[in-house]
Amino acid sequence: MNDTTTEPEADLPAAPPASAYFIEDRQDPEETHTLSVLVDNEPGVLARVIGLFSGRGYNIESLTVSETQHEQHLSRITIVTKGTRDVLEQIKNQLDRMVCVHRVTDLTMIARSRKEEKPLERELALIKVSGSGQERIEALRIADAFRAEVVDATTGHFIFQITGRTNKIEQFIAIMQPMGLVEVCRTGSAAMCRGPEAM
Amino acid sequence: MPEEMTGAEMVLKALADQGVEHIFGYPGGAVLPIYDEIFQQDKVQHILVRHEQGAGHAAEGYARATGKAGVVLVTSGPGATNMVTPLTDAMMDSVPLVCISGQVPTHLIGNDAFQECDTVGITRPCTKHNWLVKDVNELARILHEAFYVATTGRPGPVVVDIPKDVQFATGTYQGPNDVRRGHTGYHPAGKGSAEAIRRAVALMAEAKRPILYTGGGIVNSGPRASQLLRELVAATGFPITSTLLGLGAYPASGENWLGMLGMHGTYEANMAMHDCDLMICIGARFDDRITGRTDAFSPGSRKIHVDVDASSINKNIRADVPIVGDATQVMEDMLLVWRKEVGKPKKAALADWWDEINRWRGRNSLAYTPSDNVIMPQHAIQRLYAATKDLDVYITTEVGQHQMWAAQFYGFEEPNRWMTSGGLGTMGYGLPAAMGVQVAFPDSLVIDIAGDASVLMTMQEMSTAVQHQLPIKIFVLNNQYMGMVRQWQQLLHGNRISHSYVESLPDFVKLAEAYGCVGVRAEHPGDLDGAIDEMIKVKKPVIFDCRVANLENCFPMIPSGKAHNEMILPAEASDEGAAAESFAGGKALV
Repeated sequence: MNDTTTEPEADLPAAPPASAYFIEDRQDPEETHTLSVLVDNEPGVLARVIGLFSGRGYNIESLTVSETQHEQHLSRITIVTKGTRDVLEQIKNQLDRMVCVHRVTDLTMIARSRKEEKPLERELALIKVSGSGQERIEALRIADAFRAEVVDATTGHFIFQITGRTNKIEQFIAIMQPMGLVEVCRTGSAAMCRGPEAM
Repeated sequence: MPEEMTGAEMVLKALADQGVEHIFGYPGGAVLPIYDEIFQQDKVQHILVRHEQGAGHAAEGYARATGKAGVVLVTSGPGATNMVTPLTDAMMDSVPLVCISGQVPTHLIGNDAFQECDTVGITRPCTKHNWLVKDVNELARILHEAFYVATTGRPGPVVVDIPKDVQFATGTYQGPNDVRRGHTGYHPAGKGSAEAIRRAVALMAEAKRPILYTGGGIVNSGPRASQLLRELVAATGFPITSTLLGLGAYPASGENWLGMLGMHGTYEANMAMHDCDLMICIGARFDDRITGRTDAFSPGSRKIHVDVDASSINKNIRADVPIVGDATQVMEDMLLVWRKEVGKPKKAALADWWDEINRWRGRNSLAYTPSDNVIMPQHAIQRLYAATKDLDVYITTEVGQHQMWAAQFYGFEEPNRWMTSGGLGTMGYGLPAAMGVQVAFPDSLVIDIAGDASVLMTMQEMSTAVQHQLPIKIFVLNNQYMGMVRQWQQLLHGNRISHSYVESLPDFVKLAEAYGCVGVRAEHPGDLDGAIDEMIKVKKPVIFDCRVANLENCFPMIPSGKAHNEMILPAEASDEGAAAESFAGGKALV
């Protein structure tokens, strides 16, 4: 390089060139982000979104979908994904260019910009515990501590319904493991930004 | 105005309303109602191909030469699966394509019916969007939307899959202006951010070593974009290079032209990319064939990236000034700001840079060793260029060494004159693509610069060319090898020529005659000019068997995984030397 190179201006990030070939050599930390994707609710829309993730090698940690605006036939997909910043930017841009996608919102970024740790995230799980005797009593006691609700029971089992953050549900399942846990069903995260504004 | 008609009638009505004059297709059980309608009208002309892949590439050639959407009609099952390659090709190279496929009747979908396949499922990742039409009253809306999606924003292929019962059913047709759009969230980018454009121009005004790096996005944006690009080069005095797909947007005879860049680009283009202090990328996507080793890519430069597709920006190379917008509109604004703020080219400031570029040009990186005994492939293209450059000519190619030589040695002065498979690298693209171009421009000279291996992949389409009187010229650089495969085996796999030698090629002259075309052969350098003239004069399809030096390799070359300033030049390009130069890790790359 010769000395005519101009100094980078303050408003321009002097980012190092990124690498596609040698991306595995890079040490960028992976982050977990929660994306809200508003899509036309039409046949195949979920396959499109999931196909994009598998086809381009992105991660899906959790995925929740349901029609949320019936008149406009819009569904809201909540995706928890993990990747480097570059990959997360690609994921958002790739989603955004799909014809059926109306809006992609990175809830984690919004939460951060408001100095919050995370967006509001909740999950629901149904947990079946079979057994009798002391374990059964203990399971019920712990469920009470976690504010899990008994939604079905016989003398041989309970089905608990628990809602909360993913961590809380993970913890509850771990504790139930030795208490006769036989079946788990989870919805995946539903998420929203805190505060009065709509997305 | 709304009218009652059958689904099949709607297809033809919608095509006519969209201004479609030609479609490429192949009939079958699930599209018979549509073919019955084709028979009963004369607005839309149907070109019958020999294999659906041929229809797809023909439509791609048609689309690239005209700027309009190419239209394909295929049947269900194998008809649709044979379209997967052209659809993927069009997706990679942003070619507007509308593929209408027949499907088994709605009540049989999912039953493993005869010639059933999940067409929308199979084509989902290789289309910009696709539709399965389950209600005849939705058909007109979907067809019009399909054209809109295919041709706007970053163009691409779309599929409309129509079950046979929907083709027979009667419903209400609506014209392109009467329909409501289905996907209200689809907004193709238009103007770029004014603030970003001002920042870009400020960087351009300060640059000491700038370079314009442009791509197929300029061609896709329309003829005005090429005009604006030429104005931008004239106004700034910047050097310009282009990707394979962008050739012709700036004329090869222009004095600021550095030639193509990338793996087989010129020394001056790649060195200028490596050493520049400002890169202005418009309508290109930093593909691995362009960047080489990305962590050593143009280390000292700021990068302005203009693209209509936001996902192309920051994908491989981080942009300092990203501008999401249509190339025409962004360049228009860029020129306005430049003329207002800067005015004339800063010739004095760029003088050192141009001196350096001219020194690189002096290396003559496209040099090759001429021969009096055998036809050198580069020489063949130079002679072809000399004989055809003043004619109204369109060039297509297959994929491989001949394609790179065509890009290096054929000078393109105008956009839309060059059709090649870039992103997907589809062998067999050029012959049907030439057919498509010839359909659009029956009086022009259309030449497919081909290789002996590629051309056999879609050779059956010569029969289509004869049937439809399409006088395409297939200029085969015949070296009896899959030349590019062999080149890589020589450079990276210890010279083990594994299955890249074609032991028994057909006699291309006799093959031409068998199809009812004309065969021409040139075996010695002395025969070449006469044979080329003969090819041009014949008013029928021609297969030209140009017997070239068998073992010539394509240089200059950036070995896979190397940086722009680590090119192998022809002077140092003994194959052993090149093999030694090649980066061992490059073997793992594509």
